[in-house]
Amino acid sequence: MKVTITDQEEITVVEVSGDIDSKTAPEFERNAKLAMDKSKHIVIDLTDVGFMSSAGLRVLLMVYRNIRSQEGKVVLVGVSEEIQDVMSTTGFINFFTIVEKPEDGVAFLKQD
Amino acid sequence: MATDIRIDYYPTHEQQGIKFRRGHVLPFGATMVPNGINFSIYSSEAIDCTLVLFERGEAEPFAEIRFPEEFRTGNVYSMIVFDLDYERLEYGYRMDGPFKPEEGHRFDKSIILSDPYAKAIGGRDSWLAKPNWDNIYPYRSRLVFEDFDWENDHPLETPIEDLVIYEMHVRGFTQHPSSNVKNPGTFAAIRSKIAYLKELGINCVELMPIYEFDEWENSKENPVTGGLIVNFWGYSTVNFFSPKAGYAATGKFGMQVDELKTLVKELHKNGIEVMLDVVFNHTAEGDHRGHTISFRGIDNKTYYMLTPEGYYFNFSGTGNTLNCNNPVVRNMVLDCLRYWAADYHIDGFRFDLAAILGRDQNGAPLSNPPLLESLAYDPILAKCKLVAEAWDAGGLYQVGSFPAYGRWAEWNGKYRDSIRKFLKGDEGLVGEIAQCIQGWPDLYYYRGPTASINFIACHDGFTLYDLFAYNEKHNEANGENNNDGGNDNHSWNCGVEGETDDAFVNQLRHKQIKNALSILMVSQGVPMILSGDEVGVTKNGNNNTYCHDNELNWLDWSLMEKNADIFYFAQRITRFRRAHPVLRSRTHFHHRDYVGSGFADITFHGTQAWQPDFSSSSRCIAFMLDGAHAKSGTIQDDSIYIAMNSHYDALYYELPPLPNGQSWHLAVNTDMPSGEDIYDIGKEPKLEDQGRFLVGGRATVILVGK
Repeated sequence: MKVTITDQEEITVVEVSGDIDSKTAPEFERNAKLAMDKSKHIVIDLTDVGFMSSAGLRVLLMVYRNIRSQEGKVVLVGVSEEIQDVMSTTGFINFFTIVEKPEDGVAFLKQD
Repeated sequence: MATDIRIDYYPTHEQQGIKFRRGHVLPFGATMVPNGINFSIYSSEAIDCTLVLFERGEAEPFAEIRFPEEFRTGNVYSMIVFDLDYERLEYGYRMDGPFKPEEGHRFDKSIILSDPYAKAIGGRDSWLAKPNWDNIYPYRSRLVFEDFDWENDHPLETPIEDLVIYEMHVRGFTQHPSSNVKNPGTFAAIRSKIAYLKELGINCVELMPIYEFDEWENSKENPVTGGLIVNFWGYSTVNFFSPKAGYAATGKFGMQVDELKTLVKELHKNGIEVMLDVVFNHTAEGDHRGHTISFRGIDNKTYYMLTPEGYYFNFSGTGNTLNCNNPVVRNMVLDCLRYWAADYHIDGFRFDLAAILGRDQNGAPLSNPPLLESLAYDPILAKCKLVAEAWDAGGLYQVGSFPAYGRWAEWNGKYRDSIRKFLKGDEGLVGEIAQCIQGWPDLYYYRGPTASINFIACHDGFTLYDLFAYNEKHNEANGENNNDGGNDNHSWNCGVEGETDDAFVNQLRHKQIKNALSILMVSQGVPMILSGDEVGVTKNGNNNTYCHDNELNWLDWSLMEKNADIFYFAQRITRFRRAHPVLRSRTHFHHRDYVGSGFADITFHGTQAWQPDFSSSSRCIAFMLDGAHAKSGTIQDDSIYIAMNSHYDALYYELPPLPNGQSWHLAVNTDMPSGEDIYDIGKEPKLEDQGRFLVGGRATVILVGK
């Protein structure tokens, strides 16, 4: 798994590629925390994530709670159908805005 | 995070590179602590205990750590192990001690035992996925996350008399292809059918067992059909704290806890309570020939009721009996229910074969059973509904006498039998019917009508349709030569055994179902419907379908069209009950006018007003509820008159007069074709003849006075 963080004005984009499982989730979490230190508006790009275990979903939940407490927003990009299905079944999905492309995510946060 | 770490969260011991230290004795089970996991388990007779750790799904453990003697406090072994991957971890225990069955001890350290306090179990992650039968540890204890976002959810605390309970099976509800859902047979699929439940008008689902069980238990080829006989119903618990993974679409990802909590949250958002059918009378370990999964190998003598020779008492009819009134087991049951109430927001519990919970350690009934008392007075369970199935397989029948402590309600088996007999046309039932519709004050004088959970059909026995389609049970498909299942069905096939093209018979069956639903919904107490009865589900006369994972137990959604008239009726009769508080009293009737309306709260009638015929040959009864006495006179409702005729001939019923300015309107007449058999609230037509009403043979009529 690889994580890249870039800034687009006041919005931080976290791009993940590879699998997020219990072995890689802690690194994903570290990076997500770094991103949250920079900005309260975050885009997480999961387009290149093949598999995400419950540990990965729980990092997303942690991000959502942190961002919400700062009255910020988080947008997910490129979530595979399978992951969306699991998120929907387990109630995670209601917490997120999901879009297809990274630029859509940035645009969504900017219009706010 | 580093600032959270207390000085005592540092390892003191190391073995095979794994670091650990003395743990906390409480809470029992495995819990996450900073940088590690705290394990705690008790056994009164073990002489040694070893923690066994697996990577998820691996055949062999990656470590076994014996509890050093100094880690034991009393009978509790506790240890914190550091740096474990709690998402991938599966754990168990080996317990050493005597194997002397005649003294009640069955220790065997060659077996890896599941933690009774595990919060999830791995090994049966998808329904009927073929297990590895050579697995050295088939039911594996796992940890769960406790970060579920409940938002502002809270148990609904609906007054029990306002509930309409819907008894359902998680898999049976949506597994049939006609359900058209994405993940059939799962918690998620129930969520996608919430609109249906609302349309039906129920406000409480009672889920048949969802604690982890093994559908493969006692599985075998069906000698009759060639299919597989499995444990479909799940009345055989492997672990009391874990939801059944195979009921979750996400069970294969280990997310069954989140999926179930999401279902509860969504049901609550829609005003629907969740009651669990819980089985604390026995476990899946069976008798002396059964498998050792957990309890037997940890502390056999504590967990089970044993004969003086060390065999298992069998009050449950399933091999063993949980020793519920042992103080240690009692605490486990209490811990378990508290966990489900607090962590899953469960609204109530229905206790399977609850009479067993009132037996002492030798099986004798207790006058003041400590377990039932503890549950009744527990502060965490204080607002939960507690419902007993007030009998057991050992012959203890406590309907009306179950120790209630002002809290417990019970499945009223007498209600079921009386209504069935009355509907099939038996004589001499009118007095009992009067009790049924009042919430049976003879049984529950001090407890009030809310002690009575009224039902005519439940998972055990015939469906409502089969009650009017079969005289005899037809359980051949169960592979026991039709010897299993009850014979006291009080059913009547309306003239033909089983399916028929005879339009008259089919019409009568539908009418009888509507009669049953009508009486159920106008009875004081708490009504319960069996899932599928609202669309006339049949099990082909099988009254004990515990073992079938097929159409016998799968709700066929196309029946909504085939039996559209029944569904139309069911949707409206539930609403009728919910619209009329006079049907839902918390207290018994006084049989007098205590608000000055000029009418007693309830009056009985027959074919002549004010003249009920309670004689032994009578099959007719009517009663009127005075709207001014609704909810003990605190609410003004319409008055309601109900006429029941179980005679085969139509009879005129003289109607009691209403106060000036009010008149009788027709809400229900089961003798009429669909569309004219039940009217929407507020659309009931006014009767032309206010003096009398012709009630058809085997028909029920409900009038509204307003």
